[in-house]
Amino acid sequence: MGDGAIDLAAAAAERRQRASVVARGAASRRRRWELVGESALEWLIRLCGVSAIVFVFGIFFFVLREGAGFLFHGLNLRQFLFSTEWYPTSQSNVRYGVLALIVGTFSVTTLAMLIAVPFGLGAAVFVSEFCSRRMREGLKIVIELLAAIPSVVWGFIGLGVLNPLIQKVFRVPVGLNVLNGALLLALMSVPIMVSIGEDALKAVPDSYREAALALGATRWQIVYRVLLPAAKNGLLAAVLLGVGRAVGETMAVLMATGHAVNIPHSPFDPVRTLTATIAAELGEAAAGSQHYQVLFIIGILLFSITFVVNFTADLVVKGIRKR
Amino acid sequence: MVMTADSPGKKIEVDGLRLRYGAKEVIHGISFHVEPHEIFAIIGPAQSGKTSLLRCINRTIEFTAGTRVGGKVLVDGEDVQQVKSVYELRRRIGMVAPLPVGLPLSIYDNVAFAPRAAGVRGKDDLDGLIERCLRQAALWDEVKDRLDSLGTKLSGGQQQRLTIARALSHQPEVLCLDEFSIAIDPVTTMRIEDVLKELKNEMTIILVTNLVQQARRLASRTMFLWNGNIVEVDRNEVIFSDAPASKHTLDYVNGIFG
Repeated sequence: MGDGAIDLAAAAAERRQRASVVARGAASRRRRWELVGESALEWLIRLCGVSAIVFVFGIFFFVLREGAGFLFHGLNLRQFLFSTEWYPTSQSNVRYGVLALIVGTFSVTTLAMLIAVPFGLGAAVFVSEFCSRRMREGLKIVIELLAAIPSVVWGFIGLGVLNPLIQKVFRVPVGLNVLNGALLLALMSVPIMVSIGEDALKAVPDSYREAALALGATRWQIVYRVLLPAAKNGLLAAVLLGVGRAVGETMAVLMATGHAVNIPHSPFDPVRTLTATIAAELGEAAAGSQHYQVLFIIGILLFSITFVVNFTADLVVKGIRKR
Repeated sequence: MVMTADSPGKKIEVDGLRLRYGAKEVIHGISFHVEPHEIFAIIGPAQSGKTSLLRCINRTIEFTAGTRVGGKVLVDGEDVQQVKSVYELRRRIGMVAPLPVGLPLSIYDNVAFAPRAAGVRGKDDLDGLIERCLRQAALWDEVKDRLDSLGTKLSGGQQQRLTIARALSHQPEVLCLDEFSIAIDPVTTMRIEDVLKELKNEMTIILVTNLVQQARRLASRTMFLWNGNIVEVDRNEVIFSDAPASKHTLDYVNGIFG
């Protein structure tokens, strides 16, 4: 083994020497530049990778710094998490309870996902497996267009279209409520789910489809017996990106959910979400005040929720892979 | 088994079959038949149209865009283009692909796939069937303790045997093996060859192979396909004799070309 290695090294050195004799001047200079370029590129890529981590920690650090003073000195954490009383600007009776906001965020997100996941995954299956090539191209353009609509515009649709529609269809006095916000969030997250879900399904090798076909499976049996199990990681990623979009979305839900701090009892009750609260109140809170700091603590809370969602998803995906 | 008057002793009859991929014709109007309960070997160099021919029989060729099939393929005298249910047709024909495709399911579910698609639900029925198929494919002893682990995690040779078990799972009348021994070691190959000799009593076997000796060992008749044309189809005693009808056959069988 050792002798062999020495032999190899000697052979390599000899080869190098011979090469340098043959390829003098321009060629060897070019090779040196190639080496420099290659290592520079390697460092650049490494930098890009590390910067993603740096940015995430940076954001967390700065949000934490803004809210840290009040978070560690003075804030009653139990009241913060379990009280529904949110009176941040009251002169006599200041209360910072965000339970209603948390419930608001979760109710809108959950309802949105109940609507969006079947539609999004169903559409992904249709686009990838059942429609003609021509129709697929057309549909993909429309879906990508749908994903590009700014959230403020969605908010307008919530105010101007869904609000009267919900009033009329369900005979309720106000149409700005959980249902309105959830419909908007569903419409916003479906395009993401469709395009990522379709990619995941397209990534399933055709040999799987053909093997199932040869076993006498119908198109539907191929979809739910083969494609869905094979693409489950990608489809899960599609759903989670949709959830991420729904949890983090601010403008549309701010405009469409009624903006009332309230624990909803039905989809027709107005609510307010964590994100909408930050967006609506940060401009009015004096920098450095308690109110200002509490809004940043809400930011930390949102950050933690997203972290938990992503972490759980990671565990689920790993669990699936291990089997 | 139903036998109509116009196909006595013909399990599969191929009549003037032509196949085009787009503008390119790869099978140029071939005719032959396969007798019931025989092992029928198809030999020939790559690109001869062997795999395409099999795919025409169970109509999975339609899955590839831009293919046009001419002529007729009859199974039990029935035109495959006119069967009532193409899914039922495919279940009557077991297909083993050259590169093993373990579906991304458990070993058990892989073998249970076709029976379930056909509507078999009972746990006991499935258990028995799956054990029998895995035993026939010479895989049972290696996987019996981990039937619920992923089929795609098996080694190449094991996956190949899994696909054979899967092809047997719907109790086909015709079993098409497309170069099944590519990924398997010689000992396992011999075990499966023994199984095939027994299975012959239950079904008709079409064996596409690159191993001329395998065709000689197993088949009763062999067809030599070359560039989408039949060079010769005859009993093995003739094909592998010193004087087959075509000199090409003699050269190919003796390894002089191909």
